[in-house]
Amino acid sequence: MGLLKKLKRGKIEGVDNTTYLTLKDERRISKENNKIIKMYEKEKNRKHVPEEEYLTQMRDPSNVVEFDNLHTYFYTDVGTVKSVNGVSFDIPQGKIVGVVGESGCGKSVTSLSLMQLVQGPTGQIVDGSIRYQDKEGKCYEITKMPKDKMLKIRGKDIAMIFQEPMTSLNPVFKIGDQMDEVVLLHTEGATPESAKARSIEMLNLVGIAAVEKIYNSYPHELSGGMRQRVMIAMALSCNPRLIIADEPTTALDVTIQAQILELLREVKEKINGSIMLITHDLGVIAEMVDFVVVMYAGRIIEKGTVQEIFHNPKHPYTIGLMKSRPGSHNITEDRLYSIKGQVPNPINMPNHCYFYNRCDKAMDICSREYPAMIRFSPTHFAACHLYNEDGSDKSEEEKERR
Amino acid sequence: MINDDILIVKNLKKYYPVSKISLGKNRAYVKAVDDVSFTIKRGTTMGLVGESGCGKTTVGRTILRLHEVTGGKVMFDGKDLTEVSSRELRKMRPQIQMIFQDPYSSLSPRLPVGEIIGEAVKEHNIVPKDQYRSYILKVMRDCGLQPQYFYRYPHEFSGGQRQRISIARAVALNPKFIICDEPLSALDVSIQAQIINLMKDLQEQYGYTYLFISHDLSVVEYISDTIGVMYLGSIMEMGDKKRIFANPMHPYTKALLSAVPVSNPDVKMNRIILKGDIPSPINPPSGCKFRTRCPNAMPICAKKTPIFKEYEEGHRVACHLYSQD
Repeated sequence: MGLLKKLKRGKIEGVDNTTYLTLKDERRISKENNKIIKMYEKEKNRKHVPEEEYLTQMRDPSNVVEFDNLHTYFYTDVGTVKSVNGVSFDIPQGKIVGVVGESGCGKSVTSLSLMQLVQGPTGQIVDGSIRYQDKEGKCYEITKMPKDKMLKIRGKDIAMIFQEPMTSLNPVFKIGDQMDEVVLLHTEGATPESAKARSIEMLNLVGIAAVEKIYNSYPHELSGGMRQRVMIAMALSCNPRLIIADEPTTALDVTIQAQILELLREVKEKINGSIMLITHDLGVIAEMVDFVVVMYAGRIIEKGTVQEIFHNPKHPYTIGLMKSRPGSHNITEDRLYSIKGQVPNPINMPNHCYFYNRCDKAMDICSREYPAMIRFSPTHFAACHLYNEDGSDKSEEEKERR
Repeated sequence: MINDDILIVKNLKKYYPVSKISLGKNRAYVKAVDDVSFTIKRGTTMGLVGESGCGKTTVGRTILRLHEVTGGKVMFDGKDLTEVSSRELRKMRPQIQMIFQDPYSSLSPRLPVGEIIGEAVKEHNIVPKDQYRSYILKVMRDCGLQPQYFYRYPHEFSGGQRQRISIARAVALNPKFIICDEPLSALDVSIQAQIINLMKDLQEQYGYTYLFISHDLSVVEYISDTIGVMYLGSIMEMGDKKRIFANPMHPYTKALLSAVPVSNPDVKMNRIILKGDIPSPINPPSGCKFRTRCPNAMPICAKKTPIFKEYEEGHRVACHLYSQD
């Protein structure tokens, strides 16, 4: 018997063949995917879309962005990856919203969906809406916006700071040229001179000392902290309403991280904008943000104000995440608390709670259905079977019954 | 005589020439490691912290002689590693192992897990041939890897599992001393805790000595017994973990500790924010290397290099602030 046949029939000991796909399966999946992708791409590539189609109303006019039941899927040849699977949260004007989660939990894809930058054609926004309100109070539906209209928002009203400043700056152009380009593109009636003046003003704003020198240098000549400052300056140059900071300090040292965080906070005050801060560092979250969104495997499992999340975490994953970080409060314990296991395979997600296999408090019901969002306070929500619909703890009730 | 110090590093230096062409004697060097000395006691963990580019990785690699040293001594179990012949060094290699930072690039993609762990075991004849398989499976079990992973390839594993494989590879050789070069920085928080616990368990069980290189202060605080703080190729402060965290003396250590974000929204840190970046190691500042960013810099700092001396028992600092008294 050939190796392939043995594999198929599960005859090799220890090889888990539940994820094994035959060539035939793969061809079938890819054919199905092509059909779906074609449909979405056709919709996206329409020309002359009337404005009424993508104008909507905000649920709450004090928000800049509202995510509502967003679904972003990737149609790959091995199956559909539901990267973002029903995410809803708001970003209020002038506030910092932090999104935490492990790698692969969909936090970056959420932000990319907002920028219409999801890697196509495999990645598609399948369902849900993202509403964005501009300075004049006009409200756009980002998921339905045509590409040419999106160009006017992306980089101007919604700016992004990426994790790795070296790969997101172009190595063959000078810092100044790259910064001027942004201003020239987005400001009406900008001349090369006014663009330069604006760039230099922004570099000054982010605390760079020798501005002229930096303006005329190439990205490789700068240190990591300096590059990240340039990225922030570039993001600020068009007075954005929302800055998306995707792990802005992960690649930096602690002392530089402290500088950059301080800078982000100052800058937010100056432009009176909002920040969506994506990170996996709970310390950064505690320090910077007003609202926290905790994501796990493409879904929001808990959200609330920073006080609620840190003082009164509800979901076992949030609690575990906080306990597993070595810090002064648990240094006396001999062993560090750790969440067992790992994130489930993103293809073939189970239909029960995604955290079931790793949860200490898992119950019968957890393996049957996905828990609904439970409201603890007007701002605090968590998706867990441990709690009743009115927010009381089920386990305590059981104790009383005994 | 049983020596309690497993590793003594004395005045270790590692310079890299900047250009191959030298004009006269003014050849420029990057002083990656400049006069570093420390000792590690058997069965303990020493943490080495510092910003990127401060030479902490180079220290680890020169101890293993993955880079040839420029000067100084590395005494391991009474033998000077810088002077042993390559044949002898090869014999000693199983005793000193290394766990690398990036579990994605440090495992061969072409070998199954069992081979990765067992390659060096075969090479150094750690166990007789007939016990080989059961020995590897035992090591895998120790490191939390299931036996059916024996035939799988690294690409099938997540980052945390791969780091377990790297640890198993190092542990399989029965080492006395393991150099861990940022083993956690590529992992997620919930996985980091698993790996930290694994490393602690193994240490308890087999009495390993670790040199733990990291830039994450809270992890170092948790895992180490002694801590050395490096800046631009030199150790600025060294001592017992509790002393360093309770009473940091060097301004750089103070700044480093205050820069760590605290997971409590109510605590507003009194933060010392350092200005600017780490200077170029080709042309480090005269006198004290930290003076360009130091909030307490004095005129003497530019003239004289501070001596690394003991301030209290087991706590040494190189700073002019404490040299008067």
